[in-house]
Amino acid sequence: MLNISKVETFYGNIQALRGVDVKVNNGEIVALIGSNGAGKSTLLMTISGVNKAATGEILFDSKSIANMPPHDIVNLGISQVPEGRRIFSRLTVEDNLRLGASVNEKGKNFDRDSKDVYDLFPVLKDRLSQRGGTLSGGEQQMLAIGRAMMARPKVLLLDEPSLGIAPKLVNQIFTSIKNINKEKKVTVFLVEQNAKKALELADRGYVLVNGKISLEGQGKDLLNNPDVQAAYLEGGK
Amino acid sequence: MGKDLIQKSLKDSLFTGIIALALFGPIVGLRTVAKNEVLVVEPKWFVVLLIVAFCALGRFFINIYTYKKEQRRGEPSSLGKAISNFLDEKGAQIAIAAIAFSIIFPFMPFADRYWMDIAIMMMTYIMLGWGLNIVIGLAGLLDLGYVAFYAVGAYSYALFAIHFGWSFWICLPIAGVFAGLFGILLGFPVLRLRGDYLAIVTLAFGEMIRILLLNWYELTKGPDGLTGIPRPSFFGLPFKRYPDEGVETFHTFFGLEYDPMQRIIFLYYLILVLALITNAFTIKIRRLPVGRAWEALREDEIACKSLGVNPRNTKLTAFAIGAMFGGFAGSFFATRQAFISPESFTFIESAIIVAIVVLGGMGSQTGVVLSTIFLIGLIEVFRDFESYRMVAFGGAMVLIMIFRPRGILAKRKPTITMGKHG
Repeated sequence: MLNISKVETFYGNIQALRGVDVKVNNGEIVALIGSNGAGKSTLLMTISGVNKAATGEILFDSKSIANMPPHDIVNLGISQVPEGRRIFSRLTVEDNLRLGASVNEKGKNFDRDSKDVYDLFPVLKDRLSQRGGTLSGGEQQMLAIGRAMMARPKVLLLDEPSLGIAPKLVNQIFTSIKNINKEKKVTVFLVEQNAKKALELADRGYVLVNGKISLEGQGKDLLNNPDVQAAYLEGGK
Repeated sequence: MGKDLIQKSLKDSLFTGIIALALFGPIVGLRTVAKNEVLVVEPKWFVVLLIVAFCALGRFFINIYTYKKEQRRGEPSSLGKAISNFLDEKGAQIAIAAIAFSIIFPFMPFADRYWMDIAIMMMTYIMLGWGLNIVIGLAGLLDLGYVAFYAVGAYSYALFAIHFGWSFWICLPIAGVFAGLFGILLGFPVLRLRGDYLAIVTLAFGEMIRILLLNWYELTKGPDGLTGIPRPSFFGLPFKRYPDEGVETFHTFFGLEYDPMQRIIFLYYLILVLALITNAFTIKIRRLPVGRAWEALREDEIACKSLGVNPRNTKLTAFAIGAMFGGFAGSFFATRQAFISPESFTFIESAIIVAIVVLGGMGSQTGVVLSTIFLIGLIEVFRDFESYRMVAFGGAMVLIMIFRPRGILAKRKPTITMGKHG
């Protein structure tokens, strides 16, 4: 469904991605793990078109999207939940959701789509008129995911959904991601620092080191891989 | 705590005194006078001393009564809070009352020619403020060259009216379209710019338009300006004492005595309607996708992109629509003055409009009205004091910044505050 080959991305003179190959199949949950600065977020930003790939190819349903502007990519069905949530903190929760629906026929189906989001995250329904910035971190993350779901994506890109969130809520959010995948049939590409949680959830996983994929495999296999345990999981060595 | 506060404030006011001395010492203290045909420097140290003492003492009292007392800088003072709460609660009633007052204003006993002129001027600035509020307050794009669109509107109205003889009601939308096109013209090169850089380019754009108007003599008559711009008519009925042969005028049609005030009152209602249209449009568009996208763009451009909001189109519509209202105001200005020259469109106009929007509290429609009344009213009240007008203007801005640092009506309350409540 999403086929990334030999992608290289630069920030000015600094090369962040050094030829990345990643494949995400329809209906999968794929996790990308790696340490700080490995290029995980850059890869997501390159897929969604906010950063542009200098070389390489990104195919979505065998259509090249490497040179498309971000809004066209969202229109095709790839939605991103950016790192750090990036809620519009001075707009209301409802306005945030409506903005998520900007590409979805200009929000024509807002009522139906928002109902799906409230089923997923009931807490949002009680907060509709509240400003986004007044929500807790976990609620903001739910809003960010809900906002991305408003565009009815085929692929959901999630950038560190567990960042800075209470452990209890992390479990809840990971459960919701599973639901999105199983019930709403949305393919998920997940970037995480919390390697254990991500690999437990994922069908397959990739390990990114210094802008290159160093390992790939089934989620469970990676979880048991001694190198991965040593580098990213507690109790390794 | 109390002793500490006084000590700190004293130290601070000492610094203020030193800065004031360095500033005003050479500017005010040294005066050149011609004595026996020789230029000599005559010091005026007493005046300098007065100014320095005023600054130092003023700073001391400001410290004690506002900044340090509130503990948290930027937190609105209790008086300001009371005013905002009052306006939040009774906002709708106050707005209706204000509109009702502005409708009956021309028939108030004190509304003579002088008051009407001031009211028309204020309305023009309110309309410009509301137009610029779309660009600055909603879309968050700091535009320091707004006067350019005002000028484009005025000149396109004047040129079409003079050369083609088209009426005000045809030229008005044309002027708006022209100004909107110039808004897009400015928008394209600044799409990638933000903050300070955007401000610099828009500032330059404003100057470019003015210099263009000054030098394109064949079209604009340069510094001579355009004269004989047709006055607006009341749906075809002109306001003239001695009309051309066979032309019915406003006063004959309604069977009234001729009075020049009729035209002034008509102009007043014209700008009132134009301003109210601007306001209604802004209120409405905030609830529509494009308005929501503007506000989202102001908050976070990357998040916007990841949601599929097209930042290019969103920014361009903000520039174009803001400019269009500037153009409408410009054509009104041209028809009121009947004479325009590049001198009316200098940077100071842009600065005043930006000041109105920023001091009113960015994004607040009522704030624009209040700060216009405050700033423009103050300039008028101090008209008799000639050169002290600008001092009063500057002083008013300083006072607002001290007591209401987020603008008179800071609608955009902080989402996170440090300290006790946090």
